[in-house]
Order: sequence, then structure tokens, then C-alpha cells
Amino acid sequence: MSTYTDTMRETARRLLQECKVELVIGFRRGSRPMMNEPCLVRKPEDADQLVWDSNCGINLANYLTNRKEKIGIFAKGCDSRNIVTHILENKVQRDQLTVIGVPCLGMIDKRKIAAATEGEILEVTENGDTITVKTAAGEKQFAKAEVMQQNCSVCTHRNPVIHDEMIADPVPEQTDVDPYADVAAIDAMDLEERWAYFDDLLDPCIRCYACRNACPLCYCPTCFVDESKPQWVGKGQDAMDVRTFHFLRAYHCAGRCTDCGACERACPVGINMRLLTKKLNKDCKELYDWEAGLSLDKRPALDSYQANDPENFIK
Amino acid sequence: MMKNLLEFMGVEPDRIHFSWISSAESTKFVEVVNKITAKVKAIGPNQRFVKQAAKVA
Repeated sequence: MSTYTDTMRETARRLLQECKVELVIGFRRGSRPMMNEPCLVRKPEDADQLVWDSNCGINLANYLTNRKEKIGIFAKGCDSRNIVTHILENKVQRDQLTVIGVPCLGMIDKRKIAAATEGEILEVTENGDTITVKTAAGEKQFAKAEVMQQNCSVCTHRNPVIHDEMIADPVPEQTDVDPYADVAAIDAMDLEERWAYFDDLLDPCIRCYACRNACPLCYCPTCFVDESKPQWVGKGQDAMDVRTFHFLRAYHCAGRCTDCGACERACPVGINMRLLTKKLNKDCKELYDWEAGLSLDKRPALDSYQANDPENFIK
Repeated sequence: MMKNLLEFMGVEPDRIHFSWISSAESTKFVEVVNKITAKVKAIGPNQRFVKQAAKVA
């Protein structure tokens, strides 16, 4: 995917020169390996900052919220689904956007690489499916599939669902993956085990809210955790407050989450809070045959009433 | 979906109930409340999603 970079720079330069857009949202190289950062390019001569490789896991739809300019945005499959969700929720208008589709083969998980290598990581390069990691101790090679983000390895929407231009030809979609295997594993546990599992999972949480800030769905001007009148949830690290935060944040994403993995990627302590949103995604699929962000013409599952909506929980 | 997620996190299925009762359905109201209290009594006092008050020495 690193071969996209040149085409991206050209496209961004052209769109800015033709004044089709006022800014282009993409990625530039970060200050550390595997930490590409979002960047807003406003001048054609700055387009050369843009890069693309397997470290562009942040969801760029997050930077669209409430913007009024004409915007060019690079969109992977998941980003494009979040852009659709943004349009449906009136956070940005379709005619403001030039969506530049980026067929995606998955992003690499920096934690998997850090765990498999020793010493400080100095440089990470990729060539097709081979990832080469240079550390102080030496060089190590990985197959990309081994070090891919878990959500990417079970992704079934790698190509953008909406686009005005494409950077490359669409990539084949994965069909033989079970996106909800991890959810099913927890469903198979009994109640005690599940309670204990989430106690362990959420124990390291320091309530930094990086997951919320990285999430394109979490755009409320004041998040429920920050309100003080009334104070919905305690602000400390009490296990119940932590659990309430994660439970409610996930629930606010019900029927909207695209499992882009931005939350888990942003988490400084590596909590897989995606399990909660995934459970909701699975229920949405099973109960309402709904997957978020696939079409501009359909209203979200929790936003519309159908006579055959399941109601067996109502006694 | 909310009930499903609570159960996914380990809350007992009988702990939370949903019902739709009109203001005119007093008998249904009594029935539902009786059923719910019986079910909740059967699983005992809630231990989950309870915040312990800070212990002051």
C-alpha cells in the first residue's frame, strides 16, 4: 500500500490547485515509527507531506465533524463508512466532500510488533506483505498477516463504500472470515466468567478517554462523562465507574460503529474495548440486518421503526 | 440491545425487565410488578454494577 503515496500527493495537489477543495485530510509521517499522524493540507505545495502505508489506522472521518469548508479526504473502507454515518447524522454535507477512496489491505498493530521485538524500534518499512522492523538490536521481518490489527484481519469492507475518486483499483474483499468469533467466545461463557472477564479487561483503564477522542462517533460537545450537573458517572478509577463509562460509551455507538479500531489503537494501555461495540454490531446485524455506514439511502437501525422490529424483550 | 449488552458483560438476565403498560392497565401493572419482584428476589441482592462507598477509617 505504500505505493499509493505518489498518486495521493498528485491527487491532493490537483484538487487544491483546481480549487475543488480548500483542504485535504490525509496522513503524514509521525515523529516515531508506526505513528503516522493526521494532517490537513491547505496549500498545493504542502501536498508532498502526505504519505500512505500500513500505519494509517486512525479514522480520518473524526476530523470532518461540523466543518464547513470544501474538503478532500482520503478514505479507507472503514473511514468511508464513518463518512456515510457523518453525512446521515448531519455532521457534514455530502456536497462539501471529495472522497478519495483508498482500497485497504489492513493496518499493522504497533503493539504486536513491539511485543515481538526487543529494544527501541528505530524504523519500520514494508514491501508488499513483508514488514521489516529495525531495532537497536538488529533487524527482524514479519509477514503482514501476523502483525495486522485484529479488526483488519476480519474486515469485510476493505474498499470504500462511497468515493469520488479512487487511488487504486479495488482490492478483493475477505469472505472466509468470521468477524464475531471473539464475541461468540464470550457469549459461550457463563455470567460469572463474563463478569470476571470484563473486570480483567477494563482493570488497566486510566480514564484518559483516548478511545473516545479517537472515535469519529464521539463528537458530542460535552460527553456524558464530563458533565457535572448531573454527574452521570464518577470520574475516578473505581471499577464500577470504569465499567459504566465503557458500557455507556459503547452503547452510544450502537448501530453506528464500523469497527475501525481507532479506539483500541489509541488506548495507551491496550484495552480491547472493541469487544463491547462488536457485540452491538453483531446484535444489529442479527436483529435488524444492519451494518453501519454502507448506504446513504437507508436510515440507521436505531433511528427508524419497522413493524417487524424484535420486541420479545418487552414483557 | 441494551439488555443484551448488559448480559454480555455479566449482568443476570432476570435483573432487568422491560414492559409496556398503559395507564389504564392497572391489572397488568400489578402482574408485571409481582413477576419482576419474584424473579429479582430469586436471584438475590445485586452484587454487580454496585459502587461501594469509600471506607472511612
